Order: sequence, then C-alpha cells, then structure tokens
Amino acid sequence: MLAPLSWLKEYVDIDVTPQELEDKLFSCGFEVEERYEVGKDISKVVVGYVKECEPIPDTHLHLCKVDAGEAGILQICCGADNVKAGGKYPLALIGATVYATAKDHVTIEGVMEIGQGKLRGYDSFGMLCSGVELGLNEDLYPGAGYNGLLVLPEDAPIGADVKPILGLDDQIYDIAITANRPDCQSIYGIAREVAAVLCKELKAPSLDFTPKDTMKDDFSVSVEATDLCPRYSAHYVYDVKIGPSPAWMRRRLALTGISSISNIVDITNYVLKEFGQPMHAFDYRFIEGNQICVRRAKEGEKIVTLDEKEFELNDQNLIICDGKKPVALAGIMGGLNSEIKDDTTEVMFEAAKFARDNIRKSSRALGQASDSSALYAKGVYEYTTVMAMKRALHLIEELGCGTVSASHFEQNTGNSVEPTEMKVSINKVNGVLGITVPNEDIVRILTNLNMAPVINGDELTLQIPAYREDMEDYPDVAEEVIRMYGYDHVKSTFMPTAQVTMGGLNLRQKSELKIKRALCAAGAYEGMHYSFFSPSDLDLLRLPENAKERNAIQLINPINIDLSLMRTTLAPEMLRAMAGNQKKGITEGRIFELGNIFIPKSLPLTEYPDERETICIGVFGKEENFFTIKGLGDVVADTLGVKFDYEAGTKTFLHPYQTAIVSCDGETVGYVGKVSYEVADELNMTVDSFVMELDLRVLSKYYGKPQVFVPISKFDEEKRDFAFVVDKNTTCAEVEKRIYAACDYVTSVTLFDVYEGSQLPDDKKSMAFSVVFTPRDEKLKGKKVEGFVETILNDLKENLGATLRA
Amino acid sequence: MKEKLQQIKEKAIAAIEATDGLEKLNDVRMAVLGKTGELTAVLKGMKDVAPEDRPKVGQLVNETREAIEALLEEKKVKFEEEALKKRYESEKIDVTMPSSKHTHGNLHPITQVKNQLTDIFGSMGFEVYEGTEIETDYYNFTALNTPQDHPARDMQDTFYLSPEFLLRTQTSAGQIHVMENQKPPIKIISPGKVFRSDDDATHSPMFSQMEGLVVDKGITLCDLKGMLDEFVQEVFGKGTTTRLRPSYFPFTEPSVEVDVSCFQCGGKGCKLCKGTGWIEVLGAGVVNKKVLEGCGIDTDIYSGFAFGIGVERIAMLKYGINNIKLLFESDMRVLKQIDD
Repeated sequence: MLAPLSWLKEYVDIDVTPQELEDKLFSCGFEVEERYEVGKDISKVVVGYVKECEPIPDTHLHLCKVDAGEAGILQICCGADNVKAGGKYPLALIGATVYATAKDHVTIEGVMEIGQGKLRGYDSFGMLCSGVELGLNEDLYPGAGYNGLLVLPEDAPIGADVKPILGLDDQIYDIAITANRPDCQSIYGIAREVAAVLCKELKAPSLDFTPKDTMKDDFSVSVEATDLCPRYSAHYVYDVKIGPSPAWMRRRLALTGISSISNIVDITNYVLKEFGQPMHAFDYRFIEGNQICVRRAKEGEKIVTLDEKEFELNDQNLIICDGKKPVALAGIMGGLNSEIKDDTTEVMFEAAKFARDNIRKSSRALGQASDSSALYAKGVYEYTTVMAMKRALHLIEELGCGTVSASHFEQNTGNSVEPTEMKVSINKVNGVLGITVPNEDIVRILTNLNMAPVINGDELTLQIPAYREDMEDYPDVAEEVIRMYGYDHVKSTFMPTAQVTMGGLNLRQKSELKIKRALCAAGAYEGMHYSFFSPSDLDLLRLPENAKERNAIQLINPINIDLSLMRTTLAPEMLRAMAGNQKKGITEGRIFELGNIFIPKSLPLTEYPDERETICIGVFGKEENFFTIKGLGDVVADTLGVKFDYEAGTKTFLHPYQTAIVSCDGETVGYVGKVSYEVADELNMTVDSFVMELDLRVLSKYYGKPQVFVPISKFDEEKRDFAFVVDKNTTCAEVEKRIYAACDYVTSVTLFDVYEGSQLPDDKKSMAFSVVFTPRDEKLKGKKVEGFVETILNDLKENLGATLRA
Repeated sequence: MKEKLQQIKEKAIAAIEATDGLEKLNDVRMAVLGKTGELTAVLKGMKDVAPEDRPKVGQLVNETREAIEALLEEKKVKFEEEALKKRYESEKIDVTMPSSKHTHGNLHPITQVKNQLTDIFGSMGFEVYEGTEIETDYYNFTALNTPQDHPARDMQDTFYLSPEFLLRTQTSAGQIHVMENQKPPIKIISPGKVFRSDDDATHSPMFSQMEGLVVDKGITLCDLKGMLDEFVQEVFGKGTTTRLRPSYFPFTEPSVEVDVSCFQCGGKGCKLCKGTGWIEVLGAGVVNKKVLEGCGIDTDIYSGFAFGIGVERIAMLKYGINNIKLLFESDMRVLKQIDD
C-alpha cells in the first residue's frame, strides 16, 4: 500500500527522519517494501528567474538571461511558448537530471542528464523545464500539465531547490500489510500505528457536517442478502455542482496512484484511501422506483459496469438494485447506468460492508477487479462505513460542491461499531512471551493503541476498538505488547521446562536414505521431479486406454495441462530428464529419484489416495547396457539384504527383448529395460537409455531385516567350472536355479561365458558357470565333490537337456 | 693348477666385466659355475689330484669360486638396480593429466540440506514426521485457524483436486495429524514437498518445506528464539545471530519472521543481503491457542511454538544456486556440483 509521508503528517506530528520512520514501521510489523522520493530521478533543478528574454530571429526559440541564484546569471535557449521576462521557472543546471520526453512532450522516455548545449549557434547553460520533465502532471501540481514551462509561484526564492516547492521531496512508503490487519489498508490506519509507535497524538480528520432538511421520505433502502451485506448506509446530497477537486485532494490521490475525475468521484476515492472504506456515488436521477435493494443477482441478470464491460450474473454475485434494475456490482464496480456525469445535481452516496469472501469470489469469477474489490477482499469493517460516510459528507461541505441532506438510510445486521471489553491475565500474556514486561510498559503500549488498559492485580481490562477485529484473546494482547515493546527484549532460552524426547529418523526414513546412499556409491545422482505430470506423459509411455497408470488424479486448477495430473509412475519424468541431458550434449549419466506416486482409491477423491514411495533409476550412455542398470537394481536388493529375480517381460515403452519384470520372494516389485526406439525417437534421445522402477512400498517389509553373521568355515571352498550345452532359449536363471536345487553345498553360481556359433548346432548354445561348494563341519574331499558334480550334471540333463561341452 | 685357477678367475672377471645385463651375467655364471662350467670341471678333476694336495687345492678352488660368486652377485645387484630404475623411468607419467572418472554420485542438494536439518533437529530431540502430499482442506487450512473466509487463504494459491482434497500448501498440515494422535511432549519436524500455483524465475509450483513443532509445558517465545539461535549457528556457521520481527500466520500468535545476520558479509551489508545485513530465512511463532484447543490440548497446561523453513531457500543461500527451477531438471551438470 502506498502512503505519502506528507499525508501521514496530516494525522501525526512525525519528527523522525524518513529512514527512522521506515525502521519503526518495520519493528512493529509493517515492512516497507520500498521507500522512494517522489522526485527521486530529479536533481540540480533550481528556481530560475528570467531577467531578459529575446526572440531568436527566424526560430521559435528565445535567448534568455536567467538568474539562478548562487549559480549566477546563465544564458539559456528556450523553445517554450510561455517563457517571458519576469517569470520564474524550474531551471535544470548543467549536470542536472530530469526526465527525457518524446516529441509529444508528454511521454516520458527515461532520465537524461543536462549538459551544455548549443541551439542555432547560441550556447545554452542549462534547461528551463516543463512539469512533465520533472515527473509532474496536473494532479500533482497545478499548471504542471501545460505543454510548456512550469510556472513557479512568484514568491519562490531564486536559486532555491525546486523540490520542496513542488512537493518532489515527499517520501512514498510502499508498505506490506499482513492479512490480519485490514484496518491498516489506509492512510489513517497506518497513521494510527505510526502514532502508537512514535508515542504521538493521533489527529482525527474532521467528520462534522450540517444536514439540511430531510428531503426523501419516500425513499427506502433494503438488504435482502444480509449474510453478504451486514451493513449498508446511503445518504442523499443535492445541489451538486460537478467540477474539479482542489489541488490538495488531487495531489494526494495522484500520490497514491489515482487520477482525478471530478469532485464527487474524487471524494469517494479520497475516503477509500484515507479510511480504507470503498464508497460509491450514484447519480440520483437514474435511481428508479425510489429505492435501493441489496440482493443476490438472478441467474442470467446482466449489468454493464462503469468501464463499459457487460457481465452476466448468477446468484453468487451480489448486486445493488433500484426499483427496476441492477445499478452496481456490489463492492466491485458501479453500473454505467447510474454513473456521475458532468450535469449530475443529486447524488446518493453508499458506504457498506460486504462479505469479503463473496466479493473475492465474484471478482475472480467475473474477472473484474477494482481498488474497491481489492479492499473488500482483504476485509472492511462496519466501523469504517460510519466514519467514511461522515467524512464524505464533511468533504462535500468543505469543497462546497453540494448540500448535505438529512436523508440518511441505514440497514444494519452486522457488528457493533463500539469498542468491546476484553479481560486477560497479565501472567498469561507474559507466559506467551517468556519475559515479564513491566506493567507500566504494558499500559503505555496499549494506551497508545487506543485500548484503554486498566490493570487490577493480574487482570488486564481492555476496550478493543471496533476496527481491531483481530484481537480475540491473550496471545493477541501478547503480540501487541511485544511488537511495540521490541522483539530485541526476547531472550534465548532452551526449553527449560520441557521433557526430554528421542529424536531422529524412523526405520523407513533411515532405510530410504541407505538406499539412496548406496545408489550414489554406485555412481548415480539423485534427481527430483514434480509430483504432477502431463496427460501426454501417459501417451509417451504408449499406455493402453485401460492401463492403471491412466487412472490419475486431476488437478482442478493446474498451472497448465502439462502439470495437470498427479503422477502414477515416475518413468516419464525420468525419460524426459535423460532426454533433456542428451539434448544439452550430456551423453552419459545415472540418475535416480525417490518419490511418491499417487493411486486414487476412488475418483473423484473421497478419501486419501495411496501415496506409494517409488524409486526410479535412469541410465544412459555408451558404457551403459541392460546389465549395468540391472546392477543398480541389485544394489538396492543388496542394501535391503534380499535378492531380486528378473524374468523376461514387456512394457509398452521398453525394448521388447530387453525388458525384465523384477520380483522379490515371488512378489512383483517393478520392471527394468531399455527405452524403446519409438520412445527414444520421440524424445530425440541420442544414446541408449534404460529405466527401472521399483515399488518401495512392497520392499519396505524388508527394511531393518536382521543382519546375521555366518561363521567362516575353516575348510577351503571347492570351485569347479562347467560349460553346458543347452537349448538356445534356456535362460541363465533356469540353469542357476537347477544347480542350487541339485546340491545344497552350492553357495555361489556365476555365469562367466556364453557361446553360440559354428562349433555348436544352430539351436544350441554353451553357458559356462563357476560353481562354489562350501564345506560345513568337515573338509570337502575330492570324492565328495565329484559326487556333487555328478548329481548336478544328472539334474541338468534330466531337467534342461543339458550336456557338458566337449 | 694354481695358474689354471688364476687363469679361470681372470677370464671370468673379464667376462663378468664385459656383460651388459642379467642374462649375459647368467651365461657367464653357467660357463664358469654351471654343470659344465670351467670351475666345475676343475672340481670334477679333484679326484685326479693327489690326496695330500687335495685340501690345499680344494681351498684354492673354493677361494676362486667365492671370488667369482662375489663378483657375480655384485654385478647382479647393480644390474637389478639399473633394471628397476629403467622400469620406473619407463613408467613416468604426466601427473597433470586428468584424473580417472570418479564414479560416486551424490544426493540431491535438497536432500543434502534436509539431511543436515534433520540431523540438527534430531539431536535436539525432534522426531521426523512425514505427512502426505495430498491433504484435505481441513488439515491444510481450517484446523490451522484458516477457515474458508479467512484472508490468509489469499496468501497462497492452492491446487485443488476436489472440493475437499488439495495439494498441501504447507507442511504445517502435518502439525494437526501429530497433535491429534500424540499427547505432549511433542517435538517433531516435518519435511516434505509443498505446492503453490506460482511459476516464475523465483517460484516453482513445487518446493520443499520443513515444519517444526514443539508442544510441552511452559514453552515460550524465548524458547523459540533459543532454539533458532542454535539452529542458525549449525546451518550458517558460528557467530550467526537471529532477529525476530512481527509478522502474521493464522496458526501462530504471536507470529514472527526470522532473519539471520548475513553470513556472507557478517552483517555489514552486501549484495546477498541487499545491503541490510540480514537475510530472511523462516517464519515462526507461538502456536495459536485455537489450533491447540482444536486438537484437544489443554492450553492452561501446554503451549508450543512452530516454525517453517523453506528448504530450497536454504539450499540456494548456502550454495549460491541462482534459479530454483534448476533443482527440478536433473541436469547432470547441476546434480554433480553439490556434495556437502
């Protein structure tokens, strides 16, 4: 929110520097996001007095002798049509900075530094300036809108800095207001805080006015939707003379970002900025049926707002109607049909409280917003409706632009505007803080905050002003006290009254970290991808219509379609991450991600979905192949103390002959395989890429598996190598399984060679294995091993038709 | 005989001196001392020597052999030394050439920061509770004193999955589950992914938070400050100090923003801290009485504090990562950099 220092000074005698004020605001909870001088880009511009002014023949220029005070008498060439001897104008000295304007002399094109110039052969030692060149307009300074020189007051001291004269030295504070303090969304609201933090008196704006005779006895105001409009007040003003508002009002509005329109409209905007209370002024002529009614719109009802946009409404939108038609979109914008015109003579003012949530939702749903709707969305209290109406009527009189009637209409089902009493325990207030704030400080602080504190023993009685709806209980009082007392009073203690607790990771968290670290040790890097993905990711995987992965939870309001589904598999983002690297010329890498997939139990969601921890591994590069990624799978298995089984299988996005389904103890836990050429092409992959996905939820049952020590045999192991000739489609796993099954002294079976070729029949291959026999209580004698070997050979012959290779 | 031995010896010495390597040296050894060697032949001829002369001749032969062997040994050692030297020389490398590819990966920067934080808080007695990414409106907002009409809901743009379910916007949602299921004393931290409808250079629609919650007898704002002081020194280094300033969160009252003294300039003012000497790192506060009461906790006995840390923010500050999006792209060049 923008707050000009000059306006704040209207209510508080601020005697600290602008920086000190910023620090004070910061310390009591109002962060100044930005503070700037109105004329921050303007420097070295002084009051110049034109002593002589001669036209330069055959040009529109004048050659002037300008008295610049200390800077001396300077020769200046000036092209403005209103330069004349005896006039005082802003003079930018050499080295000054002012705004550069386009050819139209209106559009600002940046900041320029003034140098010594030469026009038509005449030296010019500076520049006489227009209002625009100083960043001013007609609202900020009367006469500044003229397309020529800005005329300074006759009493402006020659050679003086123009900034204080033109108000360019004013400071603007852009203040962040937290959501609990809607009462501070206004200049007066901030001034209240400034007064409290500086221990200064707060000067209230004048609210008095003298109503003339009651005029409109037959007029009525009714509120049908009291839930959405707890307070509505209207007041009739007549003999209105539309015209410009005074300079002080225009300037203040301009400094807070509002352009002047006319006195009546400016009054509503001024009150909005001053008190944070949106107001509206209807042209009474166009209010039909002698009534105003606040109600929900009917389905399909239409309104055209002041900015000439038409809206079709429904019963979620609140409207202000006369006897026949909607005349305003409540809290958002007035209707075009009843706007203030140049010939308006009668006005009905409105000051109301509308439900914040309704205005917020309507504003969003209709895509229509205003300063007014922004304020309502943050919260407007009943309290300000009363003040604001009085203030507006006072301003009517002060500006002399109308006659205030005694016709006041009010519908009120909302909160009281009177203070409410609150009693709290001082011990509890201090108990929240952990320090004891002296009672006199508590009283001082709460007095400054207008809460009229009275202390009686441990009991603190407060009168909470109606604009502090956030004050509910002793913690709120504690916060008020400490933010004014100073957070630097808070000491560091380390929970002296707390009990000892055990901390750290649980078994699942430790196990997941162990798996991650093992994969890192195997050369893989951890990645992290979004929990949501795109419907196109499911198509990328070539998933059929009925695939379970397509049963994904949808976001109602995604940022875009590509982030619109909760992921049901980690694979697509891993594929895209690998492709992304390859696109950048990174042609090898190992990445893993441990994250959740989201499996709905019902759609739309009626209960928490299943969030399954899943691990996805991706490897790519010329050194990688099916078996290197399989090795990473085995790293996971080893970490858990289990063994994975791999069986040839298929996945719609993987190579038909280089894909395996992974299982553990007979239970499927995932898959692994080479990315299919179709998918690789679609993603413009340049190197072989492989992906693996494992369901950690299934594997979690192995977390914390007890580690058991197997004593080392004192007898030597026996190792034998065999080359078997088997059918070509016999798998390594089948042979391994038979060898283990045939002899329980076998502790390790390792394939070390495979041969297919001319030395064997076409349908055969040879597989060579190293088999280790581990002795138990006694040495394995040669004869016994020979017996094992024979058993194994017989078993393989019988079950797999295997023979020893000659 | 004596002359003959002298002759053998001199010939052998000359031959040994003439050798240029171990192989030749061995040839000489064989020619003199081998089965058919000259000196061996002399030994074999001992049977022809008169018995009374044998000791003397034997001694002479032995002396000769020892002399030759000593010389052979001396030469052998010399050749071995030379050979070793040559081998070393032949294996000379350019030590400035690149090292072999290291094959050790590392954890994601966010995981690294998360681990540091869980270590610190774990040692202070905090358990780690991980909630779900999908939450209900009740746990994410209502139970945290943020009812439907509450202004604070505007502070966060929420992704909804249904009227009731949403993607949690804050790990604070976990607070309520813990307090509903556990009686004080409670000390938990809750790290996890959170989601907000924000997508620009400094915002990512998904990021990570770590919520902390303590509920016990007599917990105060001073305890919050004390714990934070310990925490920031562990994370940002000894000598780092904290500054509390008033703020607003619906579920804490009073609420504070916590700044740390700038660890880059020590508080003098630099680019990182935008000249202020302070860096905003987290939000915190005394747990709102209404939140505790909503969970059935007796606020006449118990009180607590809570804090929420932006994990990406800590990672970006600590490691100088300039764009939050980089953390979610799995660019190997990014992933390889941070190994803390």
